[in-house]
Amino acid sequence: MNIIACVKQVPDTETLIKVKTDGSGIEEGGIKWVMNPYDEFGVEEALRLKEKNGGEVTIVTLGPARAMESIRTALAMGADKGIHIDDASLNNGDAYTTAAALAAAIKTVPYDLIFCGQRAIDDDSGQVGSILAELLDLPQVTLVTKVEVAGSSVKAMRAIEGAQLVIESPLPCVLTAQKGLNEPRYASLPGIMKAKKKPVDIKDAAALGVTASDKAKVVKFVPPPARPPGKIIAGDDPTAKAAQLAKLLREEAKVL
Amino acid sequence: MAKGVWIVAEQREGAFRKISFELASTARKLADELGDEVCAVLVGSGVEGIAGELGKYGVDKVYVADDAIFEPYTTDAHAAAVAKIVKEKDPAILLLGASAQGKDLSSRLVGKLATGMATDCTDLRLDGGKLVAFRPMYAGKCFGEIMISSFPQMASLRPNVFSAVENAKAGAVEKFDAGIDAGQLKTKVLEVQKETSGKVDLTEANLIVSGGRGMQGPDGYSVLEELAGVLGATVGASRAAVDAGWRPQTDQVGQTGKVVSPNLYVACGISGAIQHLAGMSSSKVIVAINKDSEAPIFSKADYGIVDDLFKVVPELAKECKKLLG
Ligand SMILES: Cc1cc2nc3c(=O)[nH]c(=O)nc-3n(C[C@H](O)[C@H](O)[C@H](O)COP(=O)(O)OP(=O)(O)OC[C@H]3O[C@@H](n4cnc5c(N)ncnc54)[C@H](O)[C@@H]3O)c2cc1C
Ligand SMILES: Nc1ncnc2c1ncn2[C@@H]1O[C@H](COP(=O)(O)O)[C@@H](O)[C@H]1O
Repeated sequence: MNIIACVKQVPDTETLIKVKTDGSGIEEGGIKWVMNPYDEFGVEEALRLKEKNGGEVTIVTLGPARAMESIRTALAMGADKGIHIDDASLNNGDAYTTAAALAAAIKTVPYDLIFCGQRAIDDDSGQVGSILAELLDLPQVTLVTKVEVAGSSVKAMRAIEGAQLVIESPLPCVLTAQKGLNEPRYASLPGIMKAKKKPVDIKDAAALGVTASDKAKVVKFVPPPARPPGKIIAGDDPTAKAAQLAKLLREEAKVL
Repeated sequence: MAKGVWIVAEQREGAFRKISFELASTARKLADELGDEVCAVLVGSGVEGIAGELGKYGVDKVYVADDAIFEPYTTDAHAAAVAKIVKEKDPAILLLGASAQGKDLSSRLVGKLATGMATDCTDLRLDGGKLVAFRPMYAGKCFGEIMISSFPQMASLRPNVFSAVENAKAGAVEKFDAGIDAGQLKTKVLEVQKETSGKVDLTEANLIVSGGRGMQGPDGYSVLEELAGVLGATVGASRAAVDAGWRPQTDQVGQTGKVVSPNLYVACGISGAIQHLAGMSSSKVIVAINKDSEAPIFSKADYGIVDDLFKVVPELAKECKKLLG
């Protein structure tokens, strides 16, 4: 079973994000880059399926040179090879551009199943998996928390508001990973050593025949709207403080 | 020339989700500014009868695809139906809800319509007749203004942020044939396991009472359940509480949980880690109850109490009960 896991490198969740003064982007200095947490779930699930069914796991990443670190991390976890789409014209592109580039790269290798994260925690757009599925003419199941492969089909649990759905799809298909799917493993030391020798194919836009489309563009980045400073309810008596809070919520904030 | 402001209405089992009315009202405002029409697409089984309700919130016309094939929701069937009518009528703007279903459908439509979309928007405006979307990025650590240069200009709206305002229009209903044959559908819903609690989902809740590691164990949540009961609120949790197995994954608020924007968010025994703040900082009013006055949650709180939550929360429940009588 050949599995693709799409992996994006993103700022660590602890990172403080600072907007450039001219609003053209964010300050990249000092950012610690990591594999998108939802993509870790995808990589882990791909590895588990490989361990059960055999085959290969291929990591596909679009991003600048530093993104290679995330590919190596996935290889150290146990993936077999990588494709790194590295072309300045495609970086920070819109979801359609990214999906088109990933689709072009994925078409060059055999696959039975594709994992994406349900969203990348930088742009938080949650679009690439579905667009990729459409461009490859594949079915999709998004927000999956459980995956079972049987023969040529997959059963996936999908979590939506107030319900869990069990959805069956023929292979190949695109699944987007939601938290709860699994606990991703850490790369072992031997894994890290081995990863250095695993093959990573580097491709540019021309090789893939894709161009940036600019259908959706962030024209300006702004810091979050400031919240007015809050009130700390003073006193030693919890009962009195609770009473005052209830009153403020009703009369001042008008939320009760 | 692309024209008209469109929405995709969301319904489950023949009842509209609240987001549908939020979408309709938002579309109405944009359309009034453009001097344009608001149209809705409604896809489902046995839904023709409810279509007209959208008129109340400013929809001029509803295109309905009503067929057993659309229930339950599958991406294949719904995306094909919406794409068909959208391609035929060529709207300028297309809005959906950023719910689980809306995100699934809208992102597939971006692929089918080869266009651009801003996800999970918290504000929309027009600039020279073009849509400008405002949305949180990096888990709300910054915001982006997005312009879409292809048609339809798509945006998905964060539930509970845009208000639903009554503004009656015709709400004329027109059926269309999505022309889908069952053979082309690849995915199948085998099972629907509904949560039996009947509680309002966190993403749609107006009031949320949330607990973290400070709850000290699964039993600690009984004080929150009690307060939630009095207020009609939904109980949420931090990741620490979910990872400890005290609460189900579906209760997690934050960067790797749910993004919520209730009118009131009460954080009890939650320190306010950056990943938690990411999920709740767009709440309208935030209350923090924590015994550590240095906890970062207080920097986001409109109201704070520094004390033992087990002393404060039961009293708060009592006081609220008195007030709400
Ligand atoms: C990749 C990644 C993703 C993450 N995603 C999320 C996410 O989606 N959501 C999330 O919540 N976290 C997330 N986290 C975890 C986050 O970093 C924090 O670890 C977590 O939010 C802490 O939960 P907490 O506030 O409940 O616990 P703690 O930080 O341990 O805080 C407990 C608080 O309770 C207070 N307290 C204790 N006892 C009492 C009492 N009796 N009365 C009053 N106060 C009391 C303490 O003073 C303290 O402030 C993520 C982390 C990573 C690395
Ligand atoms: N640049 C990228 N390289 C590889 N995979 C990506 C990239 N961007 C997005 N993806 C995949 O698509 C998912 C959703 O991303 P997004 O639509 O940007 O939120 C991510 O979790 C990744 O699996």
